[in-house]
Amino acid sequence: MTTVDTPLVAPARRATARRVRAAGISGPLFVSGYVVLLLAFGVLPTLYAVYLAFTNVRGQFTGLNQFVRVLQDYRFWPAFGNILVYLVFWLLLIVILTVGVAVVLRSRMPAPLSAALRFLYYIPGALAGVASVLVWLFMLDPSVSPVGWLLKSLGLNTFAEVLAPGQLSLIFALIAFWTGAGGWIVVMYGALNNIPQEVLEAARMDGAGPWRLALHIQIPMIRKWIVYMVILAFAAGTQLFVEPQLLQTASLGRVSPTWSPNQLAYSYAFQHGDFNGAAAISLVLLVIGLLGAGLLVTRSGLFKVDEQ
Amino acid sequence: MTSHQRRLVHALTAVLAIGVLAAACASADPNAATETTAASFTPQPQDATAKITVWADSTRLPSVQAYQKANPTVPMDVVTYDGSADGSTYLQTKVQLFDRTGSGWPDVVFASPTDVTWASQPTGPSAQAFAAPVDEGLVPADTLKNFATGSLAPCQFDGHTYCLRNDIAQVVLWYNKSLLDQFGYQVPTTWEEYQALGEKVAKEHPGYLVGAIGDTNSHESYFWSAQCPAQQLTDAKTLRSNLQDPHCTKMAWLLDDLVKAGSVSKQGFFGQGFAKDNAGKVLMAYGPSWYGKYLFDSAFKTPAGQLAAAAPLKWQGESKTYTGNVGGGVWMISSHSRNLKAATALASWLTTSDDNLKGAPTYPAYSPGAKAWLANPANKDYFATDVSGVFQQAADEVWTGWGNTKFSDATAWSSVVLPAVTAGRTLTETLPLWQNEIASEAKSVGYTVTTQ
Repeated sequence: MTTVDTPLVAPARRATARRVRAAGISGPLFVSGYVVLLLAFGVLPTLYAVYLAFTNVRGQFTGLNQFVRVLQDYRFWPAFGNILVYLVFWLLLIVILTVGVAVVLRSRMPAPLSAALRFLYYIPGALAGVASVLVWLFMLDPSVSPVGWLLKSLGLNTFAEVLAPGQLSLIFALIAFWTGAGGWIVVMYGALNNIPQEVLEAARMDGAGPWRLALHIQIPMIRKWIVYMVILAFAAGTQLFVEPQLLQTASLGRVSPTWSPNQLAYSYAFQHGDFNGAAAISLVLLVIGLLGAGLLVTRSGLFKVDEQ
Repeated sequence: MTSHQRRLVHALTAVLAIGVLAAACASADPNAATETTAASFTPQPQDATAKITVWADSTRLPSVQAYQKANPTVPMDVVTYDGSADGSTYLQTKVQLFDRTGSGWPDVVFASPTDVTWASQPTGPSAQAFAAPVDEGLVPADTLKNFATGSLAPCQFDGHTYCLRNDIAQVVLWYNKSLLDQFGYQVPTTWEEYQALGEKVAKEHPGYLVGAIGDTNSHESYFWSAQCPAQQLTDAKTLRSNLQDPHCTKMAWLLDDLVKAGSVSKQGFFGQGFAKDNAGKVLMAYGPSWYGKYLFDSAFKTPAGQLAAAAPLKWQGESKTYTGNVGGGVWMISSHSRNLKAATALASWLTTSDDNLKGAPTYPAYSPGAKAWLANPANKDYFATDVSGVFQQAADEVWTGWGNTKFSDATAWSSVVLPAVTAGRTLTETLPLWQNEIASEAKSVGYTVTTQ
C-alpha cells in the first residue's frame, strides 16, 4: 500500500519512479531476504493451513465442515469467551497505562529520570517470554511470593486460590501487560517526541494545563500510534498460548489445557492428531484478527498518507 | 471511503464469497480420519547393527545407562525427557510429527500407561501404529504371563500387547507409625473406620492430616480404590461414566466430611508450599506405593523408621478389597525400529531382569522381579515395618473397572473438580460437573458415552 491513486500525487509518483531507477536493484535486493522468509514461514504455512482447514485427513475437500465441527466442540466457545474477557482487560490496560505513563514521562519528569525509567520499563520485555512467565509463577504463589502478604490480604492463601477460573483472564492480562507494556511505553514516548514543540507552546499560552494538554493535544496527535499498538496487541492477544500453557503445567492441571483458542488448536493437532481441525481454529483466529485490524485501520485512517 | 478502504472491503468480500462457495459444494466427511482401520504391523527392514534411540525419564535413566555399560557393543543413543508424567503429551506430540515427516521415531520409550491408548493405533490413514505388538514374536508368552495380575491390562488392545509394564503404583494406606502410636490410634481397615479416625484426629489433634485431595491424581487414590465407575470402558468404543453410583457418592461424602472437619486437606501433597508448611503433620496418606520414597522420604523428609504401609481399605460389608493405581510406567518398542532385536532386548532387560529390578526406584510389575526388589534391603530399610506383604497384596487388588482411555483422567479432575472444591463447593455437589466433563471429553475423542 505505498501508492496513492489520486491525480494530485502524479508528480510525486514520477519522482518515485525516478528514484527506483536510480537505485537500481539494490532496493529489491535489500528487501528480498525478508520477502523470502515471509513467504517461507508466513505466507506458505498460512496457505497450507487454509488447505488443511478445507480438507480432511485423506485430502478430500470438506468445505466448511471442519469449521462446523470445531464450532460444535464443547471447548470452543469457552475458549473464545476466555480470550474475549482477556482481550478487554489487556487492551484497556495497555492503552490507558502505556499512554498515561508515556505522557507523564514526557512532560512531568526531569529528563535523566525519564530516561532511567524508560530503560527500567523496557527490561521485562527484553526477557524471553517463557522466563518472564516463570517470574510470575513465583509472584502468584502466596507461599513463595515476595508480595505474598498482598495476596493473603486479598484472601488468597494458596496458589490454587489465586488460580480460580474467574481470575485467570485478569492474571493473564497482568502478565501480558508486564511483559509487553515496556516496549510500547518507549514507542509512545517516541511518538510524543514527534509533536512539534510550537504546538505545545501555543497550547500552553492559550492556558492549557497538563490535563488539557494531554487530552486535547498530545493524545489526539499520537492517535495513529495508539491504533497501531491496539492492532498489534489485539492480534497478539488472540494468540495467547504461553501463559496459560505454562500455568497449566505449573499448577498441576488446575488451568484447563484448552483455556485459549490457540491451546485448543494445539490440543487438536498434537493430542488428537487432528491437524485439519486445528487449522480450522487457526483460520477462525486469523479472520478475527484481520477483521479487527481492518476495522481499526479503516476507522482511524491509519494508512492514509498525508500529502504535502 | 478511500481507495484503500474499498480494496479492503473487496478483499473481505472475496474471502467470504470463497467461503460460501466452499460450503455450497462441500460433501466429504471432516472426520474421515478417526475411523481408519489399523494397518497391520510390518517391521522395517532390519539391521542388527543399527543404532537404537532410547527415550527415558530421569528416574529410569540410570537403569538404561547400566544396560549401556554392561552391553557396550549395542549402539545406543539415550535421550532424557519427562516420560509423559503429569499429563504431559510430549511423546504423543512428537510421534504425531514424526508420523507426518516419516522419520525420527525413538526405538524404545518409557511412557505412561495412558500413552498406549494412542500408540497402539495409527495416527492417520497412512501411518502405522507407533507401538509394536510385543507378543508377535518379540517377547515370549511365558515372560508376559509373569507380570502381576492386571498389570498388562493398559497394554492390551484387540488381543495384542503393546507394551511392557515397568512398575505398578498400587494404592496402599501410608501412615506415620510413630505419630499413630503416640496418639494411641489403631490403623483403620475399612473406609468407615478411616472416616471415624479422621473425625477423631480433627477433634483431638487439629492440624494433623489423614489425607489430601488437591493433587492431579488424588481421584485415582480415592475414587478408583472405591470402585467408582467414573470412566469404565464397556467395550473399546463405549465409555460408562456414572458418578451417581453409590460407590462414588459414598466416597465423595466421606471426603467432604473429612475436608469439613479439617483432617483431609483441599491442597495437594505435591502443591507448592505443602511440604514446607504441612510435612510434619501428615498422619496418613492414601496413595500409591511410590509415596513412601518419593513423597515422604524425598519431599517431606520424614525420618527413616517412622513410616509404614497398611493394606488398602474396603467398604464395610464388602467381601473383596480393591484398590487404585496412580501411574506406573510402561516401555514401548517402536514399530518403526530398524533394530527390533536390540530394542526388545533392552526393554525386556529393563522390565524383567532381576539385576535391574532389584535396585529399581519403584515397585516392579514383573512378579519375580518384584520379589527380587522386596528382597533388597535398600528398598525397605526406610520403613518402620516390612512393606512386602502389603505391596504384593495390593498389586493384585487393583480394580480393573477404571478404564485406560484415549484422554487423561486427570484433566477433568484437576481443571474442573479441584477449582470448584478450592472455591468452597463440596465434592458431592461437584460430581455432576465432573461427570459432564468426562462425558464431553470422551465424546470429543469418539467414544459413545453412557451415564447409567
